[in-house]
Amino acid sequence: MYEPKIVAFFCNWCTYTGADLAGVSRMQYAPNVRVIRVMCSGRVDPELVMKAFADGADGVLIGGCHPGDCHYQLGNHKTFRRYKLLKALMPQFGVDPERLHLEWISASEGDKVRDTVNSFTEKIRKLGPSTVPDTLNTLRSKEVEHG
Amino acid sequence: MADKPWVAFYWCGSCGGCEEAVVDLAEKILDVVNAVNIGFWPVALDFKKSDVEEKPDGFFAVSFINGTVESDEHREMVELLRRKSGLVVAFGSCSHMGGIPSLRNLYDVRDCVNYAYTKTVSTVNPEGTIPQPRFKHPAGHETTTMNLEETGKALDQVIDVDYYLPGCSVPAHLILDAVMAILSGNLPPKGSVLSPSKALCSVCPRQETKPEKMQVKDIKRHHLSEDDGTCFNAQGMICMGPATRSGCGSPEKDNAPRCILVNMPCHGCFGPPDGTLDQGLAMLSAIASDLDYTPDEEADIDRIIEKIADPAGYFYLFGTAKSLIHGRPAGEGKTKPVEVPKEGGA
Repeated sequence: MYEPKIVAFFCNWCTYTGADLAGVSRMQYAPNVRVIRVMCSGRVDPELVMKAFADGADGVLIGGCHPGDCHYQLGNHKTFRRYKLLKALMPQFGVDPERLHLEWISASEGDKVRDTVNSFTEKIRKLGPSTVPDTLNTLRSKEVEHG
Repeated sequence: MADKPWVAFYWCGSCGGCEEAVVDLAEKILDVVNAVNIGFWPVALDFKKSDVEEKPDGFFAVSFINGTVESDEHREMVELLRRKSGLVVAFGSCSHMGGIPSLRNLYDVRDCVNYAYTKTVSTVNPEGTIPQPRFKHPAGHETTTMNLEETGKALDQVIDVDYYLPGCSVPAHLILDAVMAILSGNLPPKGSVLSPSKALCSVCPRQETKPEKMQVKDIKRHHLSEDDGTCFNAQGMICMGPATRSGCGSPEKDNAPRCILVNMPCHGCFGPPDGTLDQGLAMLSAIASDLDYTPDEEADIDRIIEKIADPAGYFYLFGTAKSLIHGRPAGEGKTKPVEVPKEGGA
């Protein structure tokens, strides 16, 4: 059965701590996410997101502090801008923008970590496997007859 | 003559601007011609493929290859030149990063061919004739021509490349420096781009006018807006400077970038500085974080981003082939091949 592979970038100060809270509170959530701790969601360069897709991720989840709560003042505001513009670019490269999701989750919202991971996993499960890696391989080698 | 090194020039999917760049050396080309023998240069001199085939392997000291690798013919020629050359230099944006022709990787190659031959405004093709890889003449003989590949590729996606000369087209001073470096054997490590790795902004004459804090309130089209002579990105006209390496400016003009000198924003033809995975995404990240902070954040950002009508066209003008996701996957939202009408174009 198809199990989505999801890469999650969680900020150290809010979402990752929220995920810790979910853990110590023994909340169960889908094991499909691979969490990567970053110091700030503003550190999640669009390069990291697209590299995750190129290397076979079916979905990418970014978690940051609520607007106004950033440990570094404006990091999550920058994330939000990059996220919006990246979503506009993704369809041109044939990646469904629904495969990328941004959520503000504070350190006290362990239940929101659980709910977000579960609902995003379900969404990616419905979208099916990403076609990016297969296509990259075919595109690199295939020759076609035009006309 | 015998002791001078032999060089070859070849063009793949190319506009001819890179050939022009060689001629742009002006009188300095005499120094180059004095120092080397040209053994292959189809665009300027009458050489045939057989002239290359008959040479022993490694005969050419260096081959300068420009243009996107687009077809089986290009592939065959660059593989041949790779065998016959000591060094291969990817010459110009197209062979360095795929160039403008590789923007077609975002579409189906059949759609591109059909569009180019039947649908563009300047095309008169009432019979809807489209070039075919094979054609059987009624008289009996068969003609074969080149066959387009699914994507346009940078040179190093097809063969091993020793050095890169960036630019659309490569500026004369970089060509001269590269030729002299090769002749003297004083070369950087293999795989180097023969141009400084600092970002273009570091040599920009408008750098002084860049504000401490960027607060872009709107995205403007360059040709429809008034330029006040300050940093283009601060004015909201997208300039690829932050994500592009320097080196295009002539040392005689303080290395000031070519486009900026004529009041055009940078389009990114030199590719990203060393260590950048993807030039387009680096630029996307830069321009997005420059957008102003406002109370009604989401609506304002949506409104500004909507003005960037074609993000891929802005950010990947010269480098789609080298993007992390270097083409549009089949399936997801891809258009079907266009049926070419038998009579009359659309």
